[in-house]
Amino acid sequence: MNAPFTTSRRDLFRYGAAAGALIVAAPLAACSRRPRDEAIADEPAGPFVGTTGPFVIIRPDNSVTIAFPNPEMGQGVDTSLPMLVAEELDVDFEKVDTVQMPLELAANPEGGFRWKYVGQGSGGSTSVSGHWESLRQAGALARHLILAAAAEKWSVPIAELATTKGVVTHAGSGQSATYGELAADAAGIAAPETPPPLKNAADFTLIGSPQKMKNARAIVTGKAVYGIDAELPNMLHAVMARCPYFDGTARSVDDSAARAVPGVVDVVKVRRPALDGDYDVQAEGYAVVAENIWAAMKGREALNIDWDHGPYADESSESFRAHCAELLTGTGQIVRNDGDFDAAVANAAAVYEATYWEPYVSHSPLEPQNCLADVREDGVDIYAPTQMPGGANRMVAGVLGREDRLNIKVQPTRIGGGFGRRLTNDYVGEAALVSQAVGRPVKLVWTRDDDLRHDFYRPAGMHHLKAAFDADGKLIGWTHRLASASKYYRRANVPEADYWQAELYPDDFPSRLVDNYRIEYFSAKSGAPRGSWRAPAHTANAFVVQSFLDEIAHQRGENPLALRLRLLGEPQELTYEQHGGPVFNPGRLAGVLRLAAEKGGYGETLAAGDGVRRGRGIAGHFTFGGYVAEVVDVEIDANGNLRVPRVVAAVDIGTVVNPNGVAAQVESGVNDGLSTALRLAINVEGGRVTNGNFDTYELMKIADAPPVVETHIIDNGEPPAGMGEMSLPPLTPALANAIFNATGQRIRDLPIADQLTTA
Amino acid sequence: MAKLKINGKSFSFDGDETMPLLWYLRDFAGFKGAKFGCGAALCGACTVHVDGAAVRSCVRPVGSVDGAEITTIEGLSDGENLHPVQQAWIDEDVAQCGYCQAGQIMAVVELLSRMPNPSDADIDANLTNICRCGTYTRLRKAVHRAAAAMRENGGARQTGGAA
Repeated sequence: MNAPFTTSRRDLFRYGAAAGALIVAAPLAACSRRPRDEAIADEPAGPFVGTTGPFVIIRPDNSVTIAFPNPEMGQGVDTSLPMLVAEELDVDFEKVDTVQMPLELAANPEGGFRWKYVGQGSGGSTSVSGHWESLRQAGALARHLILAAAAEKWSVPIAELATTKGVVTHAGSGQSATYGELAADAAGIAAPETPPPLKNAADFTLIGSPQKMKNARAIVTGKAVYGIDAELPNMLHAVMARCPYFDGTARSVDDSAARAVPGVVDVVKVRRPALDGDYDVQAEGYAVVAENIWAAMKGREALNIDWDHGPYADESSESFRAHCAELLTGTGQIVRNDGDFDAAVANAAAVYEATYWEPYVSHSPLEPQNCLADVREDGVDIYAPTQMPGGANRMVAGVLGREDRLNIKVQPTRIGGGFGRRLTNDYVGEAALVSQAVGRPVKLVWTRDDDLRHDFYRPAGMHHLKAAFDADGKLIGWTHRLASASKYYRRANVPEADYWQAELYPDDFPSRLVDNYRIEYFSAKSGAPRGSWRAPAHTANAFVVQSFLDEIAHQRGENPLALRLRLLGEPQELTYEQHGGPVFNPGRLAGVLRLAAEKGGYGETLAAGDGVRRGRGIAGHFTFGGYVAEVVDVEIDANGNLRVPRVVAAVDIGTVVNPNGVAAQVESGVNDGLSTALRLAINVEGGRVTNGNFDTYELMKIADAPPVVETHIIDNGEPPAGMGEMSLPPLTPALANAIFNATGQRIRDLPIADQLTTA
Repeated sequence: MAKLKINGKSFSFDGDETMPLLWYLRDFAGFKGAKFGCGAALCGACTVHVDGAAVRSCVRPVGSVDGAEITTIEGLSDGENLHPVQQAWIDEDVAQCGYCQAGQIMAVVELLSRMPNPSDADIDANLTNICRCGTYTRLRKAVHRAAAAMRENGGARQTGGAA
């Protein structure tokens, strides 16, 4: 039986020094990039002022464990973050074990709480960039302490010592010792006053070398522990019936039949969230608590609840789309206005425009939401697949009304897919409330139906774009008008006038590259909960901007790549104030477009034949500090069936830590983008979501996945960006552009579904 | 009372026989490698072998497998020696979040037992497990790699669980 997370793992960190091991962490410098995504800002505020923390453990038997502070959800931080430590520590990385660090908070002297060591959220592609300095410093400090212990033991100058893969040698005397042999002594060495120097990039031996994922063996043997696998003694199981109607509530509840199901222990009401402020839980619900999950599920089936249909009972997918279209007939909130767009249009030799639609989509991680909560008088333990363990802690403190956040322990588990869903800890709040009510540890598990109907969806919206060119073919005016239901709604301290900030990024291309530039937002009303979905607004905006450019190029008789390159122009550093800044360099975007085009054979004529129409499309986008361009090939048969035989990606994310991980994330984003573009849309009817499982929300299977995905990396030595999201935004427009290339049909509505024409 | 042999060990269960095998395996027998993804046999994260056949255990009542031999991901390797499909998954570095992979591997082991040299079209037609992370590109390579390794070793290994 799999061991659940036990206290021994924490004790290893807390008391390992007493067992003769060396436990070391980072002297914390300011992070090289402070995360600015709203997802990260959601975490506890305060300066990063920790001293040392449990990142490196070197035991007397010479085994080395490196803890990764950010939750692992498939993005590879269980490997990439320990690589940063191991590079400076100089150990054999193949022999290093890596483990998930528990949440570590500390109290500020002046009140409030802060990270004890480093920030621990996984979101906004910030894990590697955020810890680029601090985790290397942790490794350098550990190596320094080992060296100092050897110098003292052998009475030689520290400068005469060298290390190779976990062994210290002194050439002059011929002495050597393993790190493990020196660990106990090193634990007694005083830390240096200034952080030991870090390696120059030219001396890296591990960073930049492809490494396999550390937990692969645990996964293929079924030993990896996810949230849904966590257990505690005396634990109960719960599933919950939530109001399916947006912001609805129960008119009546009869739980007598549910309570009569053998094994059912209790039925607990979880109140709905405040309707005028931040969500804690998402919906009113009734948790059936039982001795095992099957009894809880049967109990839930036996609940008899009459739900009120709530304030959005009239909302449907069609009504929301019509609402957005209606908004676009008016004038919205101008959120960037360079030059005079209207004058540019009046003076233009050619004007182009198009309207696009993006539906609500769900995160649908394969592991449904779940949380094991043990709420006691003397403290709380939380085991959960959460991207934001700090947010989980704050959620529990909030719903339980407990002020001492240090007494709420959070152990993030391995996460069965995140995609942004688990930035929001509503399921953690539910589990804490239910555990409190029954006075025992409770593992709350959502079903797939729960997960699809109670997601925080990627905002749906309608985009209207218009561009003006002068007689010389120069782009002189550009506008992007968006009507959408922002994810920034229902947040304390965020007025409606700021809702646009989550959906339009004023510094995105082609901002500053066209003299007359105006973007305009219309805040649409919807009851559907919204949140951050992998690469948030970039997925929508890259699709419309990169599709529109393709439309313009074809109408002008210009090569779509050439049009992009001349608009991007020469390399230059433009200020970028949104997440992923502070700089956007259009030259780097041009660079990945050129490389993808070269490697993907963009512009070659593809022969049709056997009733199959073939096409090739290109798109590129700047997402959260990273530049990715993709060339997508399509084959469309006479019946309108689409196949993607190949995708070629070019990536510039600055310094690459793990090229294998970068390639994996390119493949992931490509498949995610394709899956979403092909068939995915959340359907709303009567104020509720109608998709209930994967038969009505058809995630892509292997038959539709591209058999070839190539990744080409430009490593230019710039500071590292992340890679969890960047490959997704270019995929959909490159796909749509390829479809146009093959068929002449322009995709302006997503998903593609059955829109493709027959031949 | 249902009697089952799971990964070579005997179990008996006198509880609710309508309980899906998945929950019996996870919460009673203690084999948590099979995962809950959809509860409707749509995603395959719960795939295990029942008398050698790949079964989506989230919809199979435990009472219906009385007397059967069941193999889960935990019983696939021979001690420390991984099954060729598990080894191929490591060699191709398939997993990302990893949540679906136990089910994928069990489905592929069964596929290769009846189709030792699958073409890409065979893979497309027979593998319907969902991977939300999009590891399909490497997964396909791993299937071919495992198939080649198993052919070299003289045919598909039967999965009867660890000795």
